[in-house]
Amino acid sequence: MLIDLLLEPLRYGFLLRGLVAAMLIGIICAVIGTYVVLKGFAFIGDALAHIAFTGIVVAFLAGVVFYLGALVAAIAAGLGIGLIQRRVGLSSDTAIGILFSGVFALGIVLMSLGIKTYTVDLFSYVFGDILSVRPSDLLVIVGLGGLILLLIGLLYKEFLFVSFDPLVAEATGLPGGKLQLLLLTLLSVTVVVSVQAVGVVLVVAMLVTPSAAAYLLTDRFHRMMLLGAAFGALSALIGFYLSYYLNVPSGATIVLVASALFALVALLSPRRADLRLLVRG
Amino acid sequence: MQVQTELQPSAVTTSEPVIVVDRLTTGYHRQPVLEEISFAVPRGALVGVIGPNGGGKSTLFRAIIGLLKPWRGNVLIGGVPARPNPDMTYVPQTDMVDWVFPVTVWDVVMMGRYPRLGFLRRPGARDRELVEHALEQVRMQDYRHKPIGALSGGQRQRVFLARALAQEPSILLLDEPVSGVDAPTQHFIFELLEELCSEGRTALVASHDLSCVAQRFSQVLLLNRRMIGFGSPERIFTQELLNRTFDSHLLLLRYGDRVIVVETPENGSHAH
Repeated sequence: MLIDLLLEPLRYGFLLRGLVAAMLIGIICAVIGTYVVLKGFAFIGDALAHIAFTGIVVAFLAGVVFYLGALVAAIAAGLGIGLIQRRVGLSSDTAIGILFSGVFALGIVLMSLGIKTYTVDLFSYVFGDILSVRPSDLLVIVGLGGLILLLIGLLYKEFLFVSFDPLVAEATGLPGGKLQLLLLTLLSVTVVVSVQAVGVVLVVAMLVTPSAAAYLLTDRFHRMMLLGAAFGALSALIGFYLSYYLNVPSGATIVLVASALFALVALLSPRRADLRLLVRG
Repeated sequence: MQVQTELQPSAVTTSEPVIVVDRLTTGYHRQPVLEEISFAVPRGALVGVIGPNGGGKSTLFRAIIGLLKPWRGNVLIGGVPARPNPDMTYVPQTDMVDWVFPVTVWDVVMMGRYPRLGFLRRPGARDRELVEHALEQVRMQDYRHKPIGALSGGQRQRVFLARALAQEPSILLLDEPVSGVDAPTQHFIFELLEELCSEGRTALVASHDLSCVAQRFSQVLLLNRRMIGFGSPERIFTQELLNRTFDSHLLLLRYGDRVIVVETPENGSHAH
């Protein structure tokens, strides 16, 4: 029976926990991903994930909670990128590229040095494993994720104005610079809570793929956000079961499902032509 | 020099000036764009800002709205140093905006209410009325459900003007609001501006259309990095001042109360 197939993995606490975590991450990533897709922040999201990894390695070596290291590294990097962008303008990609690949390389070297004394498999953070989510990790995901969704909800209109037309938003008295830095900080936190489940390399896929699919189906901002969240959660759900029954890595399976959903939407969407706008931007 | 008398701020000021620009020098990245600009705008004035591209029109607007700090001199709005606030609005040239955004005309005009609402408050019935009214004022009410990306350049300009109006500002700074707009639309937009100013709002409008500015505006500011002149169009629109503003040879034709400006043949002969 199908229902038995669906319920079977949930008898195990760690699997149920993994599923809940994956779906929450799918939702949070897609909500922040709405801005990532529209503002062309995908590269920044990727950079933040790589820098967060080095933060995790340093935290392990220093013997502190890995979230702390990842959060400090990612938020510092996010704010740094925000300041670079404000000063240099949009041509900051090269600077970000140099910085993040250097920091990531440092993380890998530190990991290989540290692995002699520590037995923890840090590689699970590179490719992600939702089954390694402990009860305390789930608490962090729920807490930080809830905070992200709360702030996005409370500052919905301000974030919309500042993202759509930063110059006029600031000219009419909104604190444009602060709002943009806050948005980058929320992106940093999102990346940190997602790294464990989907991995450094695939976080960016969860940020952009469900939201891009949603973009093709609506021309209203709030609907794009809600649809994206639904796609993110659905990808996590389907990916979780496929990974369980096919015995393949969970992070990669979730991302593959999101990619398949996107392809399906792109084929069927009446707004397919708009894809070009988005890809060009 | 005879021209120097034209450089004095206008003497027709009837009330306390709302905008005072006093020996303003400012620019970007240590590169001055505006130098030693001084003028005062009374409440209810409709001021045309005329000058070549790169002459500092947008820079002046950013200094007045408070986005750009003076290096020297002052910009005072209602007696206090300029800083961004909901009582002033700015309609820049449109190429700064992200057209891929999934927002409709209605959504964009509603953004004009956001600075007034403040944090945590959601738009209510009065905000919807103001958005509705602003859309009618620019005659875009039939487009309210259209995505902003689907409009023509001129229509987008009207939507941004509507957003500025929905904000209920007392000072409007409009950077080329009629570029890419057809002649009848241009006509009613200038009529709308005249009406707004007669209600006591103050507007500064950068424009390329010298004839239109000459006819409808109460004051003109000629700007080419320095201030070439400020005053009523009749006093300011002289062949000499215009030529100094545009570094070129313009021919000024007066026909009744109309002013027609043409470039002289050696520089090509299309009318402005």
